[in-house]
Amino acid sequence: MATVSRRRATDDPAWAKVLVIGVVAVFLALVLILPLAAVFAEALRKGLGAALDAINNADALAAVKLTLITAAISVPFNAAFGLCAAWAIAKHEFPGKPLLITLIDLPFSVSPVVAGLIYVLIFGLQGWFGEYLVDNDIKIIFAVPGIVLATIFVTFPFVARELIPLMQEQGTSEEEAAVSMGAGGLYTFWRVTAPNVRWGLMYGVLLCNARAMGEFGAVSVVSGHIRGLTNTMPLHVEILYNEYDFVGAFAVAALLCLLAVVTLVLKTALEIQPGVRGRRGH
Amino acid sequence: MTISIRSVEKKFGRYPALNKVDLEIADGELLALLGPSGSGKTTLLRTIAGLEFPDAGQVLFDGQDVTFASAADRRVGFVFQQYALFKHMTVAKNIAFGLDVRKGRDKPSKVEIAKRVDDLLRLVELDGLGKRYPSQLSGGQRQRVALSRALAVQPSVLLLDEPFGALDATVRKSLRKELRRVHDATGVTTIFVTHDQEEALELADRVAILNKGQVEQIGTPDQVHDQPETAFVCGFVGEANCFEGQVGGGEFNAGALRLPAGGVREGSATAYVRPHDFVLDDGGFEVRVDRAHVQGALTTVNATAADGRPIEISASRAEAARFQGTVKIAARKAHVYAA
Repeated sequence: MATVSRRRATDDPAWAKVLVIGVVAVFLALVLILPLAAVFAEALRKGLGAALDAINNADALAAVKLTLITAAISVPFNAAFGLCAAWAIAKHEFPGKPLLITLIDLPFSVSPVVAGLIYVLIFGLQGWFGEYLVDNDIKIIFAVPGIVLATIFVTFPFVARELIPLMQEQGTSEEEAAVSMGAGGLYTFWRVTAPNVRWGLMYGVLLCNARAMGEFGAVSVVSGHIRGLTNTMPLHVEILYNEYDFVGAFAVAALLCLLAVVTLVLKTALEIQPGVRGRRGH
Repeated sequence: MTISIRSVEKKFGRYPALNKVDLEIADGELLALLGPSGSGKTTLLRTIAGLEFPDAGQVLFDGQDVTFASAADRRVGFVFQQYALFKHMTVAKNIAFGLDVRKGRDKPSKVEIAKRVDDLLRLVELDGLGKRYPSQLSGGQRQRVALSRALAVQPSVLLLDEPFGALDATVRKSLRKELRRVHDATGVTTIFVTHDQEEALELADRVAILNKGQVEQIGTPDQVHDQPETAFVCGFVGEANCFEGQVGGGEFNAGALRLPAGGVREGSATAYVRPHDFVLDDGGFEVRVDRAHVQGALTTVNATAADGRPIEISASRAEAARFQGTVKIAARKAHVYAA
């Protein structure tokens, strides 16, 4: 029987392929899949009912609600910011551009705890605006605005980082064509630039959303951990765990994992779209 | 629309892209901007389009100063080398873009726009492809769409930046004829940039040859080919054998080659002889024939002079049969330029 040879010039020997793929598979199983399975196993140890009870109480539901509110505010904000920043950087020349690119990366390089502390320093009781805020009865730290601010800080590079290389690759000739036919700046942006990056934008938004819902460090510093008021899901998991309520902690963690899995499934579905595949921001 | 370029200068950083360029383009003319890469031809085209703005000098459309007018206000049609079609729009939407973008009374009705799109698709022989997306078209078809999109706004001037640069040889040739036909049908003043001399000579009414940000010569294809005004034009347009030598007593000398050089400053000089200007001549100098190969109706003969210089000769096939072994040749015409 004839076999069709599918060998390519860049193919490595079979044993090398098996070895490399095997190492990756074992590593993923140990480091990713096993812990994830453990989360669900622990959550369901006392049965589905106990797990659902752990989620279906006022404090847990308040944490879910706060997490969703935080994501709902910070993600659109960062999508808009990311689109603006990418547009400015990829399509225009201006002084200070390298500095702006570096600044966008700052949240990736700064520890989230430091990010949280920055806001405490600015808006906290002992901070720069502390007195003014107390006098005017404005609560930022240990309240929802602080949590949203910290989340925005930590997640703002995602959309911009996704879009900058995509827009740079596309160049400016389509925009020039539009302008030469009489289109204004905004018209060109909405009709030419934005449609060309819509899949990249969706991808960045999903990554941003996943991080916004899961952020712990920065939020932990500014939250104050007030149950039912300033607890997001990751913080709620920690509190329950520290109180030895393992079923509760893992049940909420499992819910958080499910949100992440949904995000990743959506992301994978998007990657099948032409124009997104093979274009990674970082 | 007549276009006047007056002492236009443009620098990119410290690199001068345009250095005091003057150019007059007549109404309805088809002009080629020809030059090597880095000669400033694309910068000049983009300056005319309003996509670049000069550091000094003036651009006039019909005598009106448009030096700093926006691209939109100039009503130019611009065709890019890489098409720059809007990928997410159909061919019809692409062509209609310049009409859709208009506001108020200027904006044609939907029916008028659809009719204009159909007319343009027919003009570039793409009838019935309006509903396709650019990714479903070949390179040649995409460039036709780009051409009709540029024409949709009824531009006062059509500008094309290396329009055939990304296409293969056969498609290039047919699109060249297409552009000439479209130009003749619409009568719109047209300027195109190319580094391909064959393209420029075949297509254009006049050719402007650019080098290092300056216009070396402007003239009809015949003029720039047969009466090159500078050494650069002579070497760049058409094939030429180049000889470095000395001018003395009204004669150019380079080894065994002697050429009349009346009016050329004495001292070192460069002579150019077209391959078809070398003929067999018993009073000439000796060359050894190395190789001959057929190119259509002509034969190209590669020979070597006594001092080792390679010489290229072009002759009819019958004539070329006489180039055997060692022969004596002379140049019946030459261009000599003082160095």
